[in-house]
Amino acid sequence: MTDLPLDPIAIDVGHLVQRTVASLYSHLVTRPTGRAVRMAIETQLAELGERSLSLIDLSEVRVLDFSCADEVVAKLVQRYAGESHTQAYFVFRGVLELHRDQIQVALERHRLAAVAETAPGRFELLGVRSDGESRAFAVLEERGLIAREEMAELFPDEAVRQGLDLLVARRLVFPSPITGRYHALSRLVAHLM
Amino acid sequence: MQVISLPASLDQQAVDDVLDRISRAGEARCLLDARHVRWVDPNGMVALLLGGAVARDRQGALSRLELPESADVLGYLSRMGFFREAQGVFEFDDRVPRRGTGPSDVLLEITPVRANADVHTVVDRVQGRAGAILSSKLGYPASAVVQFSVILSEVCQNIIEHAEAPGWVAAQSYNWARRLGRWVVVISVMDLGRGFRGSLADEHAARYGDRWSDATALEAAFLHGLTRFPDSGRGQGIQQIRRQVQRWNGAITIRSGSARIGQVPEWDDTPPLTEGLEPLPGSQISIVLPARNGGQG
Repeated sequence: MTDLPLDPIAIDVGHLVQRTVASLYSHLVTRPTGRAVRMAIETQLAELGERSLSLIDLSEVRVLDFSCADEVVAKLVQRYAGESHTQAYFVFRGVLELHRDQIQVALERHRLAAVAETAPGRFELLGVRSDGESRAFAVLEERGLIAREEMAELFPDEAVRQGLDLLVARRLVFPSPITGRYHALSRLVAHLM
Repeated sequence: MQVISLPASLDQQAVDDVLDRISRAGEARCLLDARHVRWVDPNGMVALLLGGAVARDRQGALSRLELPESADVLGYLSRMGFFREAQGVFEFDDRVPRRGTGPSDVLLEITPVRANADVHTVVDRVQGRAGAILSSKLGYPASAVVQFSVILSEVCQNIIEHAEAPGWVAAQSYNWARRLGRWVVVISVMDLGRGFRGSLADEHAARYGDRWSDATALEAAFLHGLTRFPDSGRGQGIQQIRRQVQRWNGAITIRSGSARIGQVPEWDDTPPLTEGLEPLPGSQISIVLPARNGGQG
């Protein structure tokens, strides 16, 4: 029986940019463009119900400026981080070296964090995170799934257990409401990549 | 009529003096004498347009521009799109050379920036040409074109979001053989808007009290990332441009109103802050990116 009341979706940002600015290129530049793309993403999320997981795919975006990193990544995460009636989870795909700096800066300005694919098959926490959160994320990312009964063995350090709780609170880890198991978001979107 | 003779070399080092003389002309109609100009870079060209527009707005009439005698300079101005933009800014003879239709050596011709679509145009235009120039002439990695595009995007957005008035951007590569012994890329972005002081005044002037000036406004934005927007995600553009320019050992200076602020490396002797320039509308940004050691030149 699955313990995942989630049906992850993929959102191709490059495609949204082309549709938004009617450009042959996939450059995510200028704040109004970023705002329009974010609103298009939010429209899709509104149809997904109260719990969602989205793979925001930046792979086809060639240029991402700081304004758009702020609008499309930071403000998207920020908006749903503060909502209690909806639970929106995000994984950002295609955050290669060309985009990493812009996204890191945007997340830091808002004291946010996000799960990002920073190299093919490699997922990292970007933005502001504690040492405990980083260590908990690394363990979960390696295992993909952690059951409650494994917690004491895997996280003997109280700071790391607290780090996992913070990751859950920040919606950077998915806790199954059915079994209580913790899922790495990267594994839950693997079939979309 | 106020005659303003332009120097033989119309580049960043000459720009402040030219703009100051135009500003001092006040309401007197100007004749800008470019006959002896032998060299011009994007800063010189865009400053000429800016100065002409300032004079036009103050005098209510077009200033006269005496064209350079040098056929090379005329041809280069034409290839950079200067004369297209000079329509409505200057009155000048129609003996300007027509722009060729063949391949161009221009990195980014003079492009007006009035709306966000113009920023997309700029970023689209430089993709192919900038990549080739940055890697072959400056020795930058192939991916540098993306950071270069981000710089252009952010400086152009600065016009739209803060100036609330039109401006121009241009970029070109040169071999600064004598000055630096290396190739450089020069980016110039200028606008006719309300400048940093005007943009920040409502939100920040009171805190500075008597110290509020063009210089303190520039310091607030350039060094501390202050912006008129309360959103904490704002104000990153200039900060991140500074960081990237520093990574490439480049120079960036911004003039706004009567002050100019800069972040320059050891090869540039521009002072970090200059005050007491003639008041001028808008802001004028100059960026110079040098070749890495090992780059061509």
